[in-house]
Amino acid sequence: MQAFEYANPSTLQEAVALLAPQRGQTDVLAGGTDLISLMKDYIHTPKRLVNIKNIQELEGIRASAGGLRIGALVTMDELARNAEVRASYKALADAAAGIPSPQIRHMGTVGGDLCQRPRCWYFRGGFGLLATDNGKPLVPDGENHYHAIFGGGPAYFVSASSLGPALVAMGARVKLVSAKGSREVAVKSFFVAPKDENTREIVLRPDEILSEILVPAPAVHSATYEVRQKEALDWPLAAASVALTMKGSVVAGAKVVMGHVAPIPWEAAAAEKALAGKTITAASAEAAGKAAVEDAQPLSRNAYKVQLASVAVKRALLEAVKGKA
Amino acid sequence: MANTPDYSWPPMDQRKVIGQPYKRVDGPAKASGRAKYSSDYLSRDLLFGAYQTCPHAHARVLSVDTSEAESTKGVMAVHVAAPAGTEIQWAGAEIAAVAATSTEIAWDAVRKIKVQYEVLPHLVNETDLSKAGARAKAAGERLTGDPDKAFQEAEVTSEGHYGIPVINHVCLETHGSVTQWKGQGDDSQLQCWVSTQDVTHYAGSLAPNLKVPAANIHVRQDHVGGGFGSKFSPDAWGEVAARLSQKAGGRPVKLFLDRATDQKIAGNRPSAYGWIKIGGKRDGTITAWESRTWGTGGFTGGGSPPLPYIITGIPNQRMNHTAVSTNIGPSRAWRAPNNQQASYMTCGAVEDFAAKAGLDPLEVFKINARYTPEARRDTYLFHFDKAAELAGWKKLWHPRGESGPGPMKRGLGIGFNAWAGLGHQSQCRVTLHADGSVNVDIGTQDLGTGTRTIILQVAAETLGLPIGAIKLAIGSNDLPPDSASGGSTTVGGVSSSTRKASMNALAKLYELAAQTLGTTADQLEAAEGRIRVKGTPAKSITWQAACRRIPASGVISEIGETNPRNPMGLMAGGVAGVQMADVSVDIETGVVKVNRYVAVQDCGLIINPRLAESVCYGAISQGISTALYEQRFMDGQTGRMLNPNMEFYKLAGIGDIGDIVVHLDIRPENDKRGVVGLGEPPAVAICAAIGNAVANAIGVRVPNIPMTPEHVLAALEGRTV
Repeated sequence: MQAFEYANPSTLQEAVALLAPQRGQTDVLAGGTDLISLMKDYIHTPKRLVNIKNIQELEGIRASAGGLRIGALVTMDELARNAEVRASYKALADAAAGIPSPQIRHMGTVGGDLCQRPRCWYFRGGFGLLATDNGKPLVPDGENHYHAIFGGGPAYFVSASSLGPALVAMGARVKLVSAKGSREVAVKSFFVAPKDENTREIVLRPDEILSEILVPAPAVHSATYEVRQKEALDWPLAAASVALTMKGSVVAGAKVVMGHVAPIPWEAAAAEKALAGKTITAASAEAAGKAAVEDAQPLSRNAYKVQLASVAVKRALLEAVKGKA
Repeated sequence: MANTPDYSWPPMDQRKVIGQPYKRVDGPAKASGRAKYSSDYLSRDLLFGAYQTCPHAHARVLSVDTSEAESTKGVMAVHVAAPAGTEIQWAGAEIAAVAATSTEIAWDAVRKIKVQYEVLPHLVNETDLSKAGARAKAAGERLTGDPDKAFQEAEVTSEGHYGIPVINHVCLETHGSVTQWKGQGDDSQLQCWVSTQDVTHYAGSLAPNLKVPAANIHVRQDHVGGGFGSKFSPDAWGEVAARLSQKAGGRPVKLFLDRATDQKIAGNRPSAYGWIKIGGKRDGTITAWESRTWGTGGFTGGGSPPLPYIITGIPNQRMNHTAVSTNIGPSRAWRAPNNQQASYMTCGAVEDFAAKAGLDPLEVFKINARYTPEARRDTYLFHFDKAAELAGWKKLWHPRGESGPGPMKRGLGIGFNAWAGLGHQSQCRVTLHADGSVNVDIGTQDLGTGTRTIILQVAAETLGLPIGAIKLAIGSNDLPPDSASGGSTTVGGVSSSTRKASMNALAKLYELAAQTLGTTADQLEAAEGRIRVKGTPAKSITWQAACRRIPASGVISEIGETNPRNPMGLMAGGVAGVQMADVSVDIETGVVKVNRYVAVQDCGLIINPRLAESVCYGAISQGISTALYEQRFMDGQTGRMLNPNMEFYKLAGIGDIGDIVVHLDIRPENDKRGVVGLGEPPAVAICAAIGNAVANAIGVRVPNIPMTPEHVLAALEGRTV
């Protein structure tokens, strides 16, 4: 790990003033569950680390009629346990609770979940976000078991965020703050599939801090289903979050977003269309799952993920209406 | 010798301490963190070592420039392990090392070492034998009987593919040492805090390369964080730590491999892939076996699994094995070397044969027990039934694939194991002091078997004392020599030497006590903290009173030695074992969960049933991890291992293990064999049992371990991966 300066601000204003506009100069430390490994592997070598854990204004979950405000420092465990979130924003609670590592649930923050770097082993091995060696993309002919089945490159990593799909499904926004001011961005636009090595996978600028997540008043039914192989520390092989607006027992509006299948949370428009006007049954859920993966472009070793994504959509839909009229 | 005591174990019904389920004496220290491992070592003058390793799977080193690293502040020593001209055969191989005043400085400095390579062609994947070319070396055909005729005459034949990949040991404590080298030449003194399976022979292995007398090398290890067969020697890094220390003026250097390097180069288990055909009768009797297998254990090729496993007596056999040389780190012994591979392939082929014949595999395994070695044949038969009873086989087993509706499919499967055991060469010294205190000293190590507890139980039983009255020292080469903890030989070795040393010391004490008690030494026994006359327990003196007769100027100090060639009934080799897995498979996701796992384990005299069961739990947990999760992903393009970590090199956690039921086959006829090692046999059959259970659940064979969603879904769709 390269030596760095450690800054410990107590306000957001102080914190953003410590961030440099150029990439690679500074990093923001919250739970550290991802950043510390990146630094140990010399993937991130910041000159200054800005610890934001002492900034009170980044804490807390606040629910109101207008929706939910989640401070960036809220841990995944707090989110999973919050009664309001569990009752009305189930897809989010499911996603947070699904993280099997107690250490990551208790240390990892919601802000960090959205800002964590891809887990692609070529990226972590030093071959860059697009995973190239002397210009040759390594993923298509390589060990792409856990890589993207949507998007078609040149980025083949999968977004590692657990909350991303649920937040996109719920139409959430994030607040990004810099010394110059703040802006709100839809979570859907927060994630980017980079086309070149100089683009990051999120729109957060180096001198910005993600300060809070804003979730609009909930859809009636939502759920997240993740396919994980293990009960212990493991990343999902595929996941899906759904948010349904119902008119009686019929779907008036559906948002279906898959996780761990593309460089960004992947919206399954075909599944949403297939669900419109339907009641959720095993058959309609299965059909929606199939529709969700119609356009999948699996790589040489990850065709199995197509099936997993389809099953995740089906099971998330059934989970969303479980026990409800 | 006239007064040689009878060392044999006390009869089963007369044992007071042996056979009791004592808790591990060092358990609280380990659980609380008070136990210090060599990798925990810290001192004010400690230096931290780090390696630069080769990023290429096959290359020639053209130049190594360490100048910038050497001039880095805080760097105290630099050592080049692979100078210009060295041909590197695997990624992760050590090029150069530094020792610095902090870990961070060491790692930064390592990155400043500039190495130029000529990159050479590599092969890192062996699953497709057709791509191995000249790297594949056939071992030649082995033929028994007339397999062609036997297959022609067979009423049922089945064939299938079976594969079990290269995996790692993943010791929680990585490989390495803290080593301090003071002085020069014959005046050198080395102190090594090590992580090893062989404390006694560490110095002897290190000495020739360093040109230092082995007598001047002091080795110490209180605890070891896992070995599994990968930590028998000091290794190159043990030597490099010493050289760095010497260059740094004799300051101790901590050189433990980082996790990634440990997984790349510090040992793996060879793979085995292949095609097996079985022919036999409609009643399930196997008459013919044919196998074509291959595997790799790294650059030097791979171990050949002993096929057919256990049912070696099949009358007609044809076997071909091909070793593939690959540019991956070298293999090392892995908890029953080659046995997991052989068990998986054999049991898989037998299960497939049973399914083809439309028979219950339990009956097929039993009918073919005729081919197992005679000494354990009855044991296998007994174990098949016992395991079936514990697993609920009769109630839960169903013909292959008839698992009912719904996506969750349940299945049962069988695996079997065999191992030698016995006990290794060991010396124990028991010292009795005039104040009644007792030392027991052995230069052994506790690899996780509960060695300390075992030694104390044997000494306490023999001396008639509570285990708390005995001071035990292990883990140093200043102590009487022991041997490597490998091959499941530790408990057999140390229990025999401790028994003998304790009895030898007692014989001396009896001579002193006999005068007081007005009898002869051969009439005495030690029990309940007293020395007493056999048959007249009222005629006795306390242990302390007996020891007070030891002259103040001396001690009673006696050696006991285990001789593997003359076990004297204290230990034996040869165990069987049968295991059954009960799994559920989600056929929509391919996720496999172990519901229950039953292990019936053959054994000898059990010194501590809690620890013996604990060894089985550990072995099975590790086996479940290998059956479901563990695989090394080697990138054919860059030649690198992509998952040298504990994140994507997936390991089972406690929630992934399921319910383990262990039945130790403790019976008088087994007990009378003496101690038989159990470290390895329970680790053998897990891939076999789980692989068969998955096939039973989903109706098709998943050829390749591990049972991942990728492999399971491919098998369901009729694809191979």
